Amino acid sequence: MIDKIRTADRRRVGMLTSVGDRWRALTKWQQALGLAAFVAILYYLPLLGIPGLTWLRTDSIEGGNNWAGVLFVCAIYVLVAIGLNVVVGLAGLLDLGYIGFFAIGAYSVALFGSVNSPVVKWIQQEFNLPPTWAVTWAICLFIAIVLTMISGVLLGWPTLRLRGDYLAIVTLGFGEIIRIVARNATGLTNGPVGISAIPGPEGAPSPDNKVFGLIDAKPWYWLAITFVLIMVFLVRRLEHSRVGRAWLAVREDEDAAAVMGVYPFKFKLWAFAIGAALGGLSGFLFGSRNAFIDPTQFNANLSILFVAMVVVGGSGNMIGVSLGAVLLAYLPERFRDFADYRWLVFGLAMVLVMILRPQGLVPSRRRARELKDRAAEAEEAPAHV
Amino acid sequence: MHFDELIGHLGQHTVDGLSKGAIYALIALGYTLVYGVLRLINFAHSEVFMVGTFSVLILWTQLGVKNNPPVGQAILFLVLGLIVAAVASGGTALALERIAYRPLRRKNAPPLIFLITAIGLSLVFVELFGQVLPKLLGGVLPEAFGRPRQIVGMPTIIQQETLFTIGNTAITNIQLIVFVAAVAMMAVLDWFINRTRYGRGVRAVAQNPETAALMGVNQERVIMLIFVLGGIMAGAAALLWSMRFGFTQNSIGFVLGLKAFTAAVLGGIGNLRGALLGGLFLGIVEVYGATLFASNWEDVIAFVVLIVVLMFRPTGLLGESLGRARA
Repeated sequence: MIDKIRTADRRRVGMLTSVGDRWRALTKWQQALGLAAFVAILYYLPLLGIPGLTWLRTDSIEGGNNWAGVLFVCAIYVLVAIGLNVVVGLAGLLDLGYIGFFAIGAYSVALFGSVNSPVVKWIQQEFNLPPTWAVTWAICLFIAIVLTMISGVLLGWPTLRLRGDYLAIVTLGFGEIIRIVARNATGLTNGPVGISAIPGPEGAPSPDNKVFGLIDAKPWYWLAITFVLIMVFLVRRLEHSRVGRAWLAVREDEDAAAVMGVYPFKFKLWAFAIGAALGGLSGFLFGSRNAFIDPTQFNANLSILFVAMVVVGGSGNMIGVSLGAVLLAYLPERFRDFADYRWLVFGLAMVLVMILRPQGLVPSRRRARELKDRAAEAEEAPAHV
Repeated sequence: MHFDELIGHLGQHTVDGLSKGAIYALIALGYTLVYGVLRLINFAHSEVFMVGTFSVLILWTQLGVKNNPPVGQAILFLVLGLIVAAVASGGTALALERIAYRPLRRKNAPPLIFLITAIGLSLVFVELFGQVLPKLLGGVLPEAFGRPRQIVGMPTIIQQETLFTIGNTAITNIQLIVFVAAVAMMAVLDWFINRTRYGRGVRAVAQNPETAALMGVNQERVIMLIFVLGGIMAGAAALLWSMRFGFTQNSIGFVLGLKAFTAAVLGGIGNLRGALLGGLFLGIVEVYGATLFASNWEDVIAFVVLIVVLMFRPTGLLGESLGRARA
């Protein structure tokens, strides 16, 4: 029976890749038109009202529908998936501590932007600033990206020389360290109490805010999707550049890449830093939308969820990982009545996808070919473990 | 920083650390055995341990064990607990190997895929014991699965009491049992791997799978054997944990597994004696660190130690070969 499933699956993969081929066969202006229509649909999405699809039971609004809120979560998860895809999919480094970068992004807007944070209070005292003073949102964005990039480099510097599977465990430890520090360092982060009044683009949350309020999530979604589109464009450029090719070379055979003059450590560190910055950006948006964060929002399970998004979607393929992110963010909201079982379902889905289709739902062609080669090798030499 | 406290009660903290590290070491053996032969981090091994604690819990509650039974009964309960936990954990480990890892091995999948499968399995087990079994069996076994995802207490088999004191260091009966039992289990395992025919097969496959196969070693059987052995050690750890701490929870595996893996890496993964050394070292470092700073920094200390050791000695304290372990 399992063979039957596999043959059917191979056919479906073939169909998916042929869609890609057809897309590439289109003329340039047809592609542009298609993309424009897709982007327009993305921006129109929160206004959509299809019963069954967009009517979601959420706990954030009393008995009501929070379609735009769920879309916002999907969008920031897509950002995470794109960032993690650079690390896992392109450079082939398994990072199980991605939540750490997400948390650093969220905490940087909280620590520097909120009047309730110990850091802002300390700056106010040192420089005799008024008690309403805090760093503005746009500068917090900058701080968040810089801080996460630095932390990515700091984590990567000692650990990227390790073998792949050691790296996974060390990064898992890193995620836990960040969470525990956020919980224990009360003087810096308010500890378990958390930080409130985190600003949005219009400043600290207040009823006077016209666009970015606490209730209406639509503007937040539009903001997030704009970031997503910019980042997709940038990462795509990077993927097809010299750096992107170096990542693939390092992923496929580190020694061969080194022989060819690609210094693996440097490019791995770059992948780590860029991935971290994207995670930080996502966390930044999460923090400013929520207006309140505490350490319990950043536990290790989320790291595993992030990896699941990339792997289930199809690591190495940006469309695939985005689909994975949207699925894993949307489905639990849609089926909230079964929310208790969602981790069970994630676990089962991860195992099944890995056994039946290790290249992911929407596979990257290169990766699929690689796995096929390995399987063929295994058939030639059955004694190999 | 509480240097006075640490220096003043150095012996006490060392003893505490040793008895804590002994449990880490037992779990670390499972990681080390599997890694030594397959070069695979069995991330789901922490759940093998968790299943062991639950089997002990179910056994004791079903036998109607009360707190502080007489000595004869206590020994009987412990021995029964050891058998049940070893069977449950060993069986779980074997099932993991057969159901998940074997199909992947057949396809010669890259290590990343093994690791992600293992993470998925780990999630499945945590949820199985946190959500599914409480719903299914909550009525039949209320003492074990009454409250989903909550900490479940176990009966106290042995009352903790001080056996003897050396200077200002008090050694309790439980600490002594945990330490001696763990070291004894490890000595038996060490003897098994280094002295018996089966052990020779394991070492041969660890050194060179192809040559071992040519020499007539049944690889599949060796792989099953190491998973079962790792599972039995985790089962023993589960019993010692249940006796010492007297509680379990569906999610206890995560942090404990991470630390046991840290211990395995510290000693040199794939090296049995390294696992013992790494476990005891980690236990001591953790207790010292918790005393110096505060106990809520304990986990951070463990992970920082892991990163530092990997930076300066990536192959661990004793080096990392199962086949050539001398130490």
